[in-house]
Amino acid sequence: MPTQNLEEQLRPAAGEKLVFDTNPVLSERLTHYCPGCHHGIAHRLVGETLHELGVASRTILVASVGCATFTYDYFSVDGLEAPHGRACAVATGVRRARPEAVVFTYQGDGDMAAIGMAESLHAANRGEKITSIFINNTVYGMTGGQMAPTTLLGQKTTTTRDGRCMEREGGPIHLAEIMAGLDGVAFAARCALDSVQHVREAKKAMRTAFEVQIEGLGYGFLELLSGCPTNWHMDPVAASKRIAEAMIPVFPLGVFKNKRTEQSSQSGKVHHA
Amino acid sequence: MSTEQRILIKGNEAVAFGAVDAGLRCYFGYPITPQNEIPEALSTLLPERGGQFVQAESEVAAVNMLLGAAACGVPSMTSSSGCGLSLMQEGISYMAGSHIPGVLVNMQRGGPGLGDIGPSQGDYFQAVKGGGHGDHRNLVLAPATAQECYDCMFRALALAFKYANPVLVLGDAIVGQIKEPVRRVPPADAVSEKTLAALAAPWRMEGYGKRGPDAQPRLLKSVYLAEGALAERNRLLAQKYAAMQAECAWECTDVEDATLVVVAFGSVARIARSTIRRLRAEGVRVGLFRPLTLFPFPAEALLALLPGRRFLVMEQNLGQMVEDVRLALFGQPGVTPATVQWHGIMPGLFVNADDLREPMLQALKEAF
Repeated sequence: MPTQNLEEQLRPAAGEKLVFDTNPVLSERLTHYCPGCHHGIAHRLVGETLHELGVASRTILVASVGCATFTYDYFSVDGLEAPHGRACAVATGVRRARPEAVVFTYQGDGDMAAIGMAESLHAANRGEKITSIFINNTVYGMTGGQMAPTTLLGQKTTTTRDGRCMEREGGPIHLAEIMAGLDGVAFAARCALDSVQHVREAKKAMRTAFEVQIEGLGYGFLELLSGCPTNWHMDPVAASKRIAEAMIPVFPLGVFKNKRTEQSSQSGKVHHA
Repeated sequence: MSTEQRILIKGNEAVAFGAVDAGLRCYFGYPITPQNEIPEALSTLLPERGGQFVQAESEVAAVNMLLGAAACGVPSMTSSSGCGLSLMQEGISYMAGSHIPGVLVNMQRGGPGLGDIGPSQGDYFQAVKGGGHGDHRNLVLAPATAQECYDCMFRALALAFKYANPVLVLGDAIVGQIKEPVRRVPPADAVSEKTLAALAAPWRMEGYGKRGPDAQPRLLKSVYLAEGALAERNRLLAQKYAAMQAECAWECTDVEDATLVVVAFGSVARIARSTIRRLRAEGVRVGLFRPLTLFPFPAEALLALLPGRRFLVMEQNLGQMVEDVRLALFGQPGVTPATVQWHGIMPGLFVNADDLREPMLQALKEAF
C-alpha cells in the first residue's frame, strides 16, 4: 500500500478490532541492546505499567550506568542521569523535591548491588517513595563480561576465568531478600524474564512495585532475572534456559515483602507474584 | 524584625538562615566537623517551611541527592568540610556536565587526609580549579564573616540558577564557628524565589505533563558518545565559564596610597585587616585586596593595582591562591618575582593579628 503512511497502515480497518498496540510510553526507536537481551522485555513491562497506571506524564526516570545508561532514550518521560551506583540517592533528591512525581530507577546488578549498594539500601531503608527495577543478569554487560556481585558460583567471567569461587570472591548477593528485611521497603520481589509465564508474573509485580510508591507505602523493589546472551556466550534460547536451570535455583522467584497485602517472608512463606 | 536588630549566631548558623531566607527548599548532608551547625539548624528550619531535610548515609549520597533535587529546579544545597568535599567531587563533576545548579558549602578543615578540625584554606585548588574529573569549574564565593555567610547564600543560589552550575561557598573552621552579630535581612541584590523558578523553567525535571499535553520529555545528562558531541558540550561549558568572568567580586581596603597590598581571602583576610589597621596607625602604607569570588578570580582588579605596588599573598595553605595572583600579574611590565611575595600559615593553626605583623614588615623590606 504505497499510498498509505505507516500510521494509516497500522490503524484498524472498518470491522477490525485493535488487540495489540505500540506502547506510548516507549519511544519508537531502535535500542542499542544486543540481540536476545532481556532489557527490551523489561523496558516494555515498565512502559506498559506506567501507561496503565496513567502516570507517565508525572514520571521522572533516574538512569544508571552500565547497559542501562541509555534507558532514557527509550522512555517518553522526563529523565536524568545518575553517576554509577548513585541512582537511588539521585531519586531520593528528585522525589523529595517533587513529592507529586512518580520516580523510578532502572539499574543493573553492578550498578545497584556493587558500587551503589550503600545508596540503594539506605534509600530503601528510609522508605523513599521510589521504585527500583533491578536487572540481575549475573554479569557486567557494558564493560564486557566481568564478574558481578550476582555472578553465580562457578560462573566464568573475564575476571573469574576459572569460575567464581566462594573462598576468593564470595557468593552471589540476594538483593531482593536483603531489601525485604528493611523496614522502609513496601514491596520486594524477584521475577524472571525467561518464559511467557514468568514475564506475566513480572508484569504483575511491576505494577505493585509502582503502586506502593504511588500509594505512599514506601520503597518498591523488583529484581528481574535477565538474559545476557552476549556475555554468557550463548544464543538467546540457551540464555533463557540458563535462567531457568542455573539462576532460578540460586535466586528463588517470589514476593518477599508486600505491605499492600501484609504478606511477608518473615512469616516464612514465599508467595509467587 | 527591625533592620537595626542583629542576632548573635555562628557563621554556620548564618549559612542556614541565609539559605532558608534565600528560598532553600532541600538540604542533604552528612555530619562532619566543623560545619555541623548547618545541618542541625536546617533540620528544624526547613521542615517548618515545608522544605526537605535529609541526613544522608554519606557525602557521596548527599551530593547525589543534591543533584536530583537541583535537577528539579528546586533551590537545594549540601554542606561539608575537607574530606567530605573530596567524596562529593564525582557528583559536582556530573552536575557541571549536566548543567545542574547545586550549592555546596565547604567549611574547610585541615588536611590532607583526616587532618584536623582546625581552620585551613587547603581546599582552594579543589574548589577553584574544578576538583572533580573532566574540565569543570565551580563558581566559588569566599565569605569572611557571619554576616557574609548569611548574605552569600542569596548570591550562591542566584548564581547557581543563573548559570545552571555548581556554586561552592568556601569558608573555614573560623568562619563557620565564629559567633558574631548578623543582620537577618536579605541583601539588596537578592533575587526572589520566583526568579529562581523562572530560570529553571526551561530545563527542570517535573514530569512532562506539567508543561501541557503535547510537551516533549526532557533529559538532563553529561554523557555524549556520538563523534564530536562531547567536544560541542565542552565548547558550551567553556563559553559558560568565560561568561562567569562577569561575576568577579572583590574588596579593597586602604590600597590607595599603599606600597604593599596584602592579598587574602576568608578568615585570613579579616585577621590581616586587623594587622593592617595597626600598621597603618604606625604610618606603614599597607592595604588589603580581598577576593570575594575565587572563581572567577578578580585578576583584572588586581592588575589595576599593579603600578607602584607590591603584593603579599597570605593564605592558610602551602601556596595555592598565590598561583592565581602570579598568573594575574606575571608578564606585566616591571613585574619581577619579588613583586608577588607569599606567606603561608600552616593548616590547623590559629593565628592572630600579631602573628601576621612581622611577615608584612618583612615583605615590605624585601619588596623594595
